[in-house]
Amino acid sequence: MCLEILKTAFPDAVLEAALGRGQAVARVKPDRLLEVLRFCKQDPRLQMDFLMDVVAVDFLQESPRFEVLYILYSLLHNHRLRIKVRVDDGQSLPSAIEIWKSADWAEREIWDMMGIPFEGHPNLKRILMYEGFQGHPLRKDYKMEKRQEIPEIQEIPD
Amino acid sequence: MPSVAENNILTTKLNEVVAWGRKYSLWPLPYGTACCAIEFMGAVSSMFDISRFGAELVRFSPRQSDLLLVLGTINYKQAAVLKKIYEQMCEPKYVIAVGACATCGGFYDNYAVVQGIDEVIPVDVYVPGCPPRPEQILLAIIKLQEKLDAQARGEVAKDVMRASPAILYSEK
Amino acid sequence: METTDALKAKPVYLNLGPSHPAMHGTLRLFCELDGEVIVRAVPEFGYLHRGFEKHCENSTWTQVIPYTDRLNYVSPMMNNVGYCKAVEELIGIQIPERAQVIRVIICEMNRIIDHLVATGTNVVDIGALTNFWYYFNVREKFYNLIEKMCGARLTTAYTRIGGVMRDLPPNFDAELRQYIVELDQAIKDVSGLLNKNKIFLNRTVGVGVISKQDAIDHGFTGPCLRATGVAYDIRKTEPYYGYETYDFEVVVAEHGDTYDRIVLRFEEMRQSVRILEQALKRLKPGPIMTDDRRVALPPKVEVYTSIEGLMNHFKLIYEGIRPPAGEIYSCTEAANGELGFYIVSGGEGHPYRVKCRAPCFPIYQAYPKMIEGRMIADAIAVLGGLNIVAGELDR
Repeated sequence: MCLEILKTAFPDAVLEAALGRGQAVARVKPDRLLEVLRFCKQDPRLQMDFLMDVVAVDFLQESPRFEVLYILYSLLHNHRLRIKVRVDDGQSLPSAIEIWKSADWAEREIWDMMGIPFEGHPNLKRILMYEGFQGHPLRKDYKMEKRQEIPEIQEIPD
Repeated sequence: MPSVAENNILTTKLNEVVAWGRKYSLWPLPYGTACCAIEFMGAVSSMFDISRFGAELVRFSPRQSDLLLVLGTINYKQAAVLKKIYEQMCEPKYVIAVGACATCGGFYDNYAVVQGIDEVIPVDVYVPGCPPRPEQILLAIIKLQEKLDAQARGEVAKDVMRASPAILYSEK
Repeated sequence: METTDALKAKPVYLNLGPSHPAMHGTLRLFCELDGEVIVRAVPEFGYLHRGFEKHCENSTWTQVIPYTDRLNYVSPMMNNVGYCKAVEELIGIQIPERAQVIRVIICEMNRIIDHLVATGTNVVDIGALTNFWYYFNVREKFYNLIEKMCGARLTTAYTRIGGVMRDLPPNFDAELRQYIVELDQAIKDVSGLLNKNKIFLNRTVGVGVISKQDAIDHGFTGPCLRATGVAYDIRKTEPYYGYETYDFEVVVAEHGDTYDRIVLRFEEMRQSVRILEQALKRLKPGPIMTDDRRVALPPKVEVYTSIEGLMNHFKLIYEGIRPPAGEIYSCTEAANGELGFYIVSGGEGHPYRVKCRAPCFPIYQAYPKMIEGRMIADAIAVLGGLNIVAGELDR
């Protein structure tokens, strides 16, 4: 069981670990995040070789405001795990790009849409919106219909 | 003197011949972004056959085509590109806005989507539908051909045919 | 030695821009070229970002279903099924047997039409135009059938939370079998044209190779991952809707190049046909929508004759479905790979957060790796094989 393995390996970093609707979810402290993720990938009982997605959720009324999830899957053991971490507005998270390469664009999208910066990311630029867009659209306080001026075509710098 | 030059039988017949040539040899540029592009592919395929109208020669270069078919949602990132492509086309050029998203933004009334490409470029024919059936796209081509005829007969002035583009939307 | 420095060419920057015949959908690739060889490439997308996730937060649970159609618009019903499956798991309801078989049938039909577009447009970019017409004729037949089922060819919104919208049309069985025969003929025609064609083999074998390890690291799923040799198919590992009882094989190739991806799709279409034939035999008469009153409208007789039925109807129409608070991640095997929906519910009539894990997002991320060192023409051939659908990529 993934959650027991995680709890015994990181008794102080794992804040909550529970099964929700049959799916394993664990919440960890933000400063121990990379350790936990690396352990998930390398430990032979877990062996989470797929980072399926990185998702961010904005809980406007709560503090800390944002929740970032890492959805992991193991091909060998056929089990899934979600690692959650809570951050505040302006707080940054370490980038998981050295562990899984699929974290690259997923983290850029979170920066673009939610405004959570990732330290150690080689290229943290806007990915879905155009350069020059002000604000982060998927936040709860960004009105859906609020439109901004049309930009010029951007040439990508190398 | 001016009336003789404009309305005598030779120039009107010439206009009609030119319009006949233009309407039966439209070279479309399918500016396909989203789902409507798939229905356009259906219109080009052998079941619906756009080549009955002489328009099967799709040329993806703006320098070589005269009909810009905007198929799909245009968002703010894309709008600048669309304008540049339109400006690169040579006169006479026509624009058909295919689908609800190109006509008016569709049901995407949000921060990223242009609410109708006539905010950016002038449009000749609008095709509603989400997505419109291939037969509707063919009807749009027929309507454009009728418009070309009307233009040749002088029934519609050349400038009125296209509304000038509205000011680009900006909200502070 | 100064002469050799002076003779060295400066790199050329080419923008395979968002308006390009071979860029399927609106993708942009900014390449640095040395002659015709691509030295570096930076992909850019976002030209079809339509704010799907923001719209989900502002619509009721059922109103999200038309938005999911436009995600992967070549196989729209699979997105409908993926989303409805996630919400049903969140609420904790089971859909009736007939609805499950219908969902399997539509998933496989949509897988077939997605692969038809993927391979058809891929070989058009390489130069083989005839196959496109063969495939689109078959596709039109499937569209006729889909239109009879739900009224629309492309933006179907066929599933509802708790079942499907409408039952299958009469004579569905016989028509589908007839179209399957035509599909088999089309695949045979196209394979006959391509399989031993030297030009096709030269353009695709060994082009756009990605190793198994890189594919897993990048998060590939679906045909692109199976082309590298990893037999990962959600229909086998985490089966849903009775997939464990259907007899089909997971198609796996070895080399991870474009040829493998194309031929793998042909073979997957054949496997889908197998599943369709088995599913058609299992269709038994029955309800197509669950009778769980939290999600399904009560029958009209009850609405007009009992006060509970009336109130139930009123609440469902006025407030919408209200799943309990919580979150779920649910995935299905879409035509391109693992289509996942991560849904957070606040217990209200509209979702709190919906995140769609698009299968082609990580695949497009690894695209520069597959083409660096190759020529522009190879880049185009590889892009077609990856089946990047911009609606899904940008959401």
